[in-house]
Amino acid sequence: MSYENPNAVLMVEDLTVSFDGFKAVDGLNFYVAPNECRVIIGPNGAGKTTVLDLICGRTKATGGSVNFKGHELLKMREDQIVHAGVGRKFQNPSVYEDLTVFENLEISYPKGYSVFGALAFRRDQQVHDRIEEIAEIIFLKDALGEKAAFLSHGQKQWLEIGMLLIQDPELLMLDEPVAGMSVAERVKTAELLNRIIADRSVIVIEHDMKFVEDIATRVTVLHQGKLLAEGSMAHVQADPKVIEVYLGH
Amino acid sequence: MTMTSPATSAALTKAAPPRQGAFLDRTETMGAIALAVLIFVILPLALDPFRLNLFGKYLTYAFVAVGLVLCWGAGGILSLGQGVFFGLGGYALAMFLKLEASSPENTAIQSTPGIPDFMDWNQITELPFWWQPFHSLTFSILAVIAVPAFFAFVIGTAMFRRRVGGVYFSIITQAIAAILTILIIGQQGFTGGVNGITDLRTMKGWDIRSDEAKTILYFVNGGLLFACLALAQFVRRSKLGRILIAMRDREDRVRFSGYDVASFKIFVFCLGAAFAAIGGAMFTVQVGFMSPSFVGIVPSIEMVIFCAVGGRNSILGAVWGTLLVNWAKTLFSEAFPELWQLGLGALFIAVVLIFPDGLAGLWKTHVNPRIERLFPRRTTPTVPAE
Ligand SMILES: Nc1ncnc2c1ncn2[C@@H]1O[C@H](COP(=O)(O)OP(=O)(O)O)[C@@H](O)[C@H]1O
Ligand SMILES: [Mg+2]
Repeated sequence: MSYENPNAVLMVEDLTVSFDGFKAVDGLNFYVAPNECRVIIGPNGAGKTTVLDLICGRTKATGGSVNFKGHELLKMREDQIVHAGVGRKFQNPSVYEDLTVFENLEISYPKGYSVFGALAFRRDQQVHDRIEEIAEIIFLKDALGEKAAFLSHGQKQWLEIGMLLIQDPELLMLDEPVAGMSVAERVKTAELLNRIIADRSVIVIEHDMKFVEDIATRVTVLHQGKLLAEGSMAHVQADPKVIEVYLGH
Repeated sequence: MTMTSPATSAALTKAAPPRQGAFLDRTETMGAIALAVLIFVILPLALDPFRLNLFGKYLTYAFVAVGLVLCWGAGGILSLGQGVFFGLGGYALAMFLKLEASSPENTAIQSTPGIPDFMDWNQITELPFWWQPFHSLTFSILAVIAVPAFFAFVIGTAMFRRRVGGVYFSIITQAIAAILTILIIGQQGFTGGVNGITDLRTMKGWDIRSDEAKTILYFVNGGLLFACLALAQFVRRSKLGRILIAMRDREDRVRFSGYDVASFKIFVFCLGAAFAAIGGAMFTVQVGFMSPSFVGIVPSIEMVIFCAVGGRNSILGAVWGTLLVNWAKTLFSEAFPELWQLGLGALFIAVVLIFPDGLAGLWKTHVNPRIERLFPRRTTPTVPAE
C-alpha cells in the first residue's frame, strides 16, 4: 500500500474479522512507524475498537497478519503480547475496583509475572519510587491509598493510563482516552498524553478533532471495517470520501 | 476547580503510605489468637476424648474451607467438588493404614492372607500393583498431597486453559465428584466400595484408636491447620493474592496487565486441593476410616456452606464457620434429624442473600468497631471472651 514502511514497528496486513458473517474489520492494511502517533477516526461502529482488540489479542482474527517488531501477534496469547511491548487502554475505564490505586499500579509493574514470581514479589524501594513517580504524572499521588472504586470517572481513566505507563510499552494503544471527561479533565489529560506519547509508537482512537490535530502524526480513517483514507490531518480532512461519511455531518 | 472529587479530598486527609503492613492486622491477630486459644486450650480442657475427637473431625473440614477462601473468595473459582480432593487425600492415607492392619497374622483366616479384607471378600487374590507403594508411609504421605494436587492440576489445566470458568466450572467439578463416587463404589474389590476403607488400627505400630493417640492427633491436626492458615495468609498478602482479587473482578483486564490468568487459577486450585487433601488424611487417621460419602456432591456442597457461613473472604472466618455449623449440626441432627438438611439449606440461602461476607463480615461490621472503642488503638490486643 502507499504508506508501506519497511521500518514500521507495527505492520497490519489484510486484517479481517468476521462475526457470524458480519465483517467488522475487512482486509485492513496499515503501518505504524517508530515514535509515530497514529490516530484512528471513523463513525461509530466503523470497527476502530475491534482493530485494537485484534492487535492486543482480545478478539481472534479471521485472517491477515499483525506483525509487531517481528512477532506475529495473531498467534500469541494476550499476556505474551503485553510482554512483547504492546499496552492497551480500554474505552471504558477498566481498573481493579477492589484494589487501591497503589495496588493497581503495583499489579501493572513489569516484574513477577509468573505464579512464583508473583509470590516472591516484594515492594522494595524501587517499586515504591516508580509507583510514586507514575502517580505524580497521573495526578493521583494523593490518592494512592484510595480504593479505585471511589475514584471519579476521569480519575479512573488516568489510573488506567498510569497502569500502562508503568509497563512502559513500546506500542501504546488508547481507545477514546478523553471520552466522558469534564473540560478541565480533558485539558489535563491532553497535557498528560502529550507527555507520554513521546519516545514510543502510539495508536489513539479519538473523536475530538482539535485534539487529533494536536497529536496526530498521521490519521487513518475507518469506515465499515475498511480503510477509507490515510495521511496527514489536512490531507484526510480534504478527502471528499471522508467528508461525505464522517466529517460532513 | 471542579477537579477535586469527594474521593480525592477524602484521600488527601487519610492517604496512608501504602507500605506492606504486618503479617496480620489487629483484627486478624485477635481472631488468630482467639482461635488458637479455643483449639489448643479451651476445647481440650472442656471436652472428653470422644467429643474432642469429634471436634478434631470438624477441624479437618476447615482445611477445605480455608482452601475455598483462596479459590472462591479471592479467586472467584467456585469448586463444588472439593470432596474429591478431601477423599483422595483421605484414601491415600487409608490405604497405608489398611495395609498395615492387614498383616498376614491379622488376616490369617482369609483365603488370601495379607491383603485387605474387602479384597478377599471380592475374590481378589493378589494386592493390585498400584496398592504396592502404599506399604511405605513416606510414599503415602507424599501421595496425600501429590495425588490430589496433580489431579487438580490436570482438571485445572483442561478447564482454565480452555477458559472454562464460572458456573460451567462449578458444574464440571460437581460432575467429577459424582463420577469419582460412582467409580469408588463400583470398584469395591479395589476400594472397599460403599463402606470405604474401614477398621484402621495402627500407624507404624502406634495404636491410633486409643484415647491418648486421638488426643495427640487432635493437636497435630490443629498444628497442621495453623500451618495451612499461615501459608494461606502468605499467599493472600503476596502480589499473587492481589492478582487473584483483580482476576475475580476483571479477569480480562488481568491478561492485559501481562499475566497468564490460567496459570494463576491452576495454582490456586491446586493449593486448595492440597489443603483439602491434608484435611482428608487427618480425617482418616482421627476417625479411623474413609468412605465415598466424603467424596461426592453433598459433602462437597456442605464444605462450601461452611466456608460461606464463616465468610468466604476470611480464612479465620472459614474455620469458625466450619466449627459452628458442624457443632450446630451435631446438636440439631440428634434432636431433629430430618430438619437438619432443611436448616442447612436455609442457612446457606440466608448467608448468601443477607450476609454475603458471613460471620467474618458480621464481626467486622458489628463486633470489631465496639472492641476498637473499648480498647482504643495502642493497647495490646486482647483475646475476646468466648
Ligand atoms: N464480539 C463481537 N461480536 C459481534 N459483533 C461485534 C463484536 N465486537 C464488535 N462487533 C461489531 O463490530 C462493529 C464495530 O464495532 P467497534 O469496533 O466497537 O466500533 P467503533 O469502536 O469504531 O465504534 C459494530 O457493529 C459492533 O457491533
Ligand atoms: Mg469504540
